[in-house]
Amino acid sequence: MKKKYFINANIIDPYNSLNETGGLIIDENGKIEGVGKKVNTNNIPSREKVIDLKGKHIFPGLVDMRVFVGEPGFEYKENFRTLSEAALSGGVTSVVTMPNTNPVIDNVSIVDFLRRRGRDKSKINIFPTAALTVNTEGENMTEFGLLQGKGIIGFTDGIKTIQNPRIMNRIMNSASDLNSLIIQHAEDAELSKDGMINDGIIATKLGLQGIPVSAELLILERDLTLLEYNNCRYHISQISSASSVEIIRERKKKVNFSCGVSINNLSLNENDIGDFKTFLKLSPPLRTEDDRNALVQGLVDETIDVIVSDHKPEDEENKRLTFAQAETGASGIETLLPLSLELYHNGSVNLETIIKALTSSPAKILKINKGNLSIGNDADFCIVDINKPWVVRKEKLISKSKNTPIEDKKLQGKVMNTFVNGEELFKAE
Amino acid sequence: MAIKSKKAIKISQKHLLGIQDLSVNDVNIILNEASKFIELNKSKNKKLDILKGKTQINLFFEPSTRTQSSFELAGKRLGADVMSMNITNSAIKKGETLIDTAMTLNAMHPDIIVIRHQDSGACNLLSQKVNCAVLNAGDGRREHPTQALLDALTIINRRKKIEGLKIAICGDILHSRVARSNIYLLNMLGAEVNIVAPTNLMPNEIERFGVNIFSDMKKGVKDCDIVMMLRLQNERMTSSFLSSNREYYEYYGLTPDKIKFAKEDALIMHPGPMNRGIEIDTNLADDINKSVIKEQVELGVAVRMACLKIFCE
Repeated sequence: MKKKYFINANIIDPYNSLNETGGLIIDENGKIEGVGKKVNTNNIPSREKVIDLKGKHIFPGLVDMRVFVGEPGFEYKENFRTLSEAALSGGVTSVVTMPNTNPVIDNVSIVDFLRRRGRDKSKINIFPTAALTVNTEGENMTEFGLLQGKGIIGFTDGIKTIQNPRIMNRIMNSASDLNSLIIQHAEDAELSKDGMINDGIIATKLGLQGIPVSAELLILERDLTLLEYNNCRYHISQISSASSVEIIRERKKKVNFSCGVSINNLSLNENDIGDFKTFLKLSPPLRTEDDRNALVQGLVDETIDVIVSDHKPEDEENKRLTFAQAETGASGIETLLPLSLELYHNGSVNLETIIKALTSSPAKILKINKGNLSIGNDADFCIVDINKPWVVRKEKLISKSKNTPIEDKKLQGKVMNTFVNGEELFKAE
Repeated sequence: MAIKSKKAIKISQKHLLGIQDLSVNDVNIILNEASKFIELNKSKNKKLDILKGKTQINLFFEPSTRTQSSFELAGKRLGADVMSMNITNSAIKKGETLIDTAMTLNAMHPDIIVIRHQDSGACNLLSQKVNCAVLNAGDGRREHPTQALLDALTIINRRKKIEGLKIAICGDILHSRVARSNIYLLNMLGAEVNIVAPTNLMPNEIERFGVNIFSDMKKGVKDCDIVMMLRLQNERMTSSFLSSNREYYEYYGLTPDKIKFAKEDALIMHPGPMNRGIEIDTNLADDINKSVIKEQVELGVAVRMACLKIFCE
């Protein structure tokens, strides 16, 4: 590989507290050789080809902590190849995959398969999670230790919540012994039973069963109470309400844990469901504008650590149904960064905070050396024109499934190039 | 008839999916048209040829006696060719989606489809996929527009107007499409609406519809001109919405001691089918001085004839 030189970029690397105009040098092995303002035409040999980025931004490759891939079992929705193409177009170079496949990722032999597929078909870094409990049934915990040994990065039942407090308590004990990361989707199954959208005026108007905020709060309060007695690495996958932000803000003063939010809950609210748009049937559900504002505030003061895409590809057949019958989830990995930039453009959150929540914060929770531009690291990064306007078109999406919740939305900010190990794997048209 | 309307202009909607989509003008057009059919339906020769040559398909995914027969009769009286399909889950079990069913029917070139479905929004989905007009005969717990229209016509028939009336809607509001459609329509026509239900059967934030909410029935029906009762479905007892039929009857059943709180000449309405002794005292239900329940059924045919005629055009 030839060395690559970029100059005149606005570089933001929260891990290294870097926010300056400068350049980036990639060495022959695809590692970062130099970064920052000291990289400029004066110290690059004149015979070398230099790419002038003219003020475009360089961010570390994004780390997306919540992604569903259809392999194995649902390859028609998304496979590792289509997922990685979609991710690259959104500047995402590392993803944490959910175990809700068929079969479920809950034992060592299936992890081997997953690792092979991930390695052979994917161009990005795949960090698979395994289920917390066998077949995500919430009863018997999986072999955290052995699975970690095979490269599992964390444990979650993905779309499901551990409902039984006794089992949750034991899971925390084991996770503490084995230093495992537990990722909880916080929703009480009984309170949210048959629920489809936020329990409020829209649910009443559309005649749809609601999911009350209390379904989320109950699990948060329960888990964070248990956590006081068995401190393990614990992460709340996503929260959706103002009250959740409040609970987390308070509890963080007492115990160590981390928390995520979906870009959907940061950008949309229950009104966007409009006339039964099934692409906006999400879990956790979109809630009120006040909830959305509180989540944005939680991101600003870092009560919320990470933003995830909650990328859940669903084919047309599973969405062209009545709201009650339609599958839950939206495709989102391609629009994660541009949609996050909306929070910067409208003055809600500063750019560095957003990038941190998309790069170094998830990497820190996962304990992986990704999401930064440190010298000697793999050159995973993206070049972004943060002002470039574009419109989300379903037919232009790269993901195999086209269930975007923001079709026809005007966005500002586009990923121009994405590099993994110093190699350019995506270039915008 | 005291339904005032400016010279009826055209209806603003292609489909009748819910009262929410209608304007006051739309409602007046329908009610005006319906009132013309009331006399016809009492006469000896009830057959017209307004919809001669038109095809009406009744697509019922949920069992229904009165609404389905009312629509069927309405279509036949207007001279349409009426076909009723009772799907009640069988096609879904065979794996056919609503959209597939819609496409199949659409290929038969119907002029109007009447649909009832257990899922809220099903009629909206159908209307996006077919070329003809779609009439909602009840979708999940969202809307049942012809029921609200026939209720309005019944009230107007008795009280000349709806504006200024105080109307209580009582019972299982949470699961009721009839309640939702009635709230929209009665509000639109200027009534004051009280909603009476135990909190377990009260939808969240319903007060934002512009209604007064009560969990005490006596307070809720106080000084009302109309008391509208809703059907209580039996399965509500098994899932802890309520404790028992007898306790429900004690607190939320319409009984002689509770109707006393309403105006002396208050009318009693019920969309049917009734659970006598659960939500309504059997004698009250049959009280010819108070109960207009049979009249509701009668005017239902007229309202559906009006809707078929207007939306077929």
